[in-house]
Amino acid sequence: MTSVLYDAPGPKARARSRMFSIIGGVLIAAGLVWLILTLGAPRTTVSGAVQPGMWDPTRWDIFNDLEVWRSLGRGALATLQMAGVAAVLAIVLGVLFSFGRASETAWIRIPTTVILEFFRGMPVLLMMLFILLVFSTGAFMAGVAALAVYNGAIIGEALRAGIRSLPRGQREAGLAIGLTPTQTRFRIEFPQAFRQMLPIIIAQLIVLLKDTSLAYVLGYSELLRVGVNNLSSFFGNRYAFSLFFVVLAIYLAMNLLLSWIARRVARSTGPRAGKPTATNLAALGSTTLTDQPLQGSTSAGAASGGAEAEGRGDARGH
Amino acid sequence: MDAVIENLPKLLDGFRGTLILLLLAGSGAFIVGVIIAAMRISPVASFRGFATVYTEIVRNAPLTLVLFFCATLLPYLQFQPGYFPLAVIGLTVYTSPFIAEALRSGVNGVPVGQAEAARSVGLTFGQTLSYVVMPQAVRMVIPPLINVFIALTKNTSVAGAFFVFELFASARQITNVRGDAVLAILLGVAAFYLLITIPLGILAGRVERRVAVLR
Repeated sequence: MTSVLYDAPGPKARARSRMFSIIGGVLIAAGLVWLILTLGAPRTTVSGAVQPGMWDPTRWDIFNDLEVWRSLGRGALATLQMAGVAAVLAIVLGVLFSFGRASETAWIRIPTTVILEFFRGMPVLLMMLFILLVFSTGAFMAGVAALAVYNGAIIGEALRAGIRSLPRGQREAGLAIGLTPTQTRFRIEFPQAFRQMLPIIIAQLIVLLKDTSLAYVLGYSELLRVGVNNLSSFFGNRYAFSLFFVVLAIYLAMNLLLSWIARRVARSTGPRAGKPTATNLAALGSTTLTDQPLQGSTSAGAASGGAEAEGRGDARGH
Repeated sequence: MDAVIENLPKLLDGFRGTLILLLLAGSGAFIVGVIIAAMRISPVASFRGFATVYTEIVRNAPLTLVLFFCATLLPYLQFQPGYFPLAVIGLTVYTSPFIAEALRSGVNGVPVGQAEAARSVGLTFGQTLSYVVMPQAVRMVIPPLINVFIALTKNTSVAGAFFVFELFASARQITNVRGDAVLAILLGVAAFYLLITIPLGILAGRVERRVAVLR
């Protein structure tokens, strides 16, 4: 886009932009070096004791201990467990919600719409607390249930938008060859909608994985609690910083891996499934109220099978 | 129901906390987001690289982890402005990449043909931007931006778990005292959240329909 806005830069402009780039790079590098040095500098506490800097070996030696990695592994496993169970349930719920919302019967459609609005407007954390206190389940069940319901509502909206964006002829053809309306929905419309919305659904599952960390608040010992809470209270506060670093790295690794898979899926299912084009996504964007994933992709997403990233404008995990 | 009414002052207090968090973190995130988005589409490669790395790291870190860092590790590093400002910093940092992405996708979403057409009828750089590209980009950006703010509203609840008094924290306190009326209290708190999120959602839908660019 930018290159269209003005004439192609000549040698002078190119040299200037290279110079800016180098200056900018030096500035950013200097900022990072400063940050690393300040973190590494020994500091004096209010009480006058001198603490070693953050990169001091005494702050990192616990990572020689295999047991530490084993606990971190257990934490990561607990996180994945919760995310896995919640993801399956969320997709199932999403399918049900989408059928409810796209139903021809007002008796089903309107209550589903109200319930969906309710679920989507509430913080996941509040929902977790709600389930924990009202149904007095364990922390695991409360986390799973809240994540499943919340993300199910969002996936349901995405699927409904996918169904709406299909050409009318698909449904008419299904009815014309004698399928019942339910069969048409299941066997003709739904598979297409699902494939079309797959990148958005996977993006939502990444949000779900990130949101499992909310179960920290409920006391479920997942990666965050094991890493930064249990281990640092066991080994002492001085490891808090390094443990935080490692936990962050584990989360980043898991999420980036999933995003990478999402991108691949988006690319491979795209063309076959009738890739969401700018126009039909725009059309569907205007029919829905608040699904973040969709609006993100109305704009740029369609361009390069890149719906994956924009979909997460969600932020809600944000 | 009586539990909600008798604790209404406390709930309203919490609601005020949520609103202030939303306002401060929202405007902070908007400013940082604009800067990041500008870096991301700038011709300077090193800025682009920095903005991309920032976006990827922050977007893939869970909010709880970000707020944990702000609430416990920053004080440990002798930066202690109090829990409320720390939560605002955390929410700002966490929300900014989402705002940046919404802005960037809006600008990128204007088809190249629009700018090409503007250029070919002889508009200058400034005219192209102000008459053709920006009016379309701004329209496309508003609904996703509102959605980011809806998400932020819900995310402020996590701050309640890190020593900040807002709606979620008030819910926890009240349910601790009135264990017999948990359902009513939680529904009451949910209503307060919905009071912010549902109107915003309706607004987003309406804006989107009104300003939809027909091409």
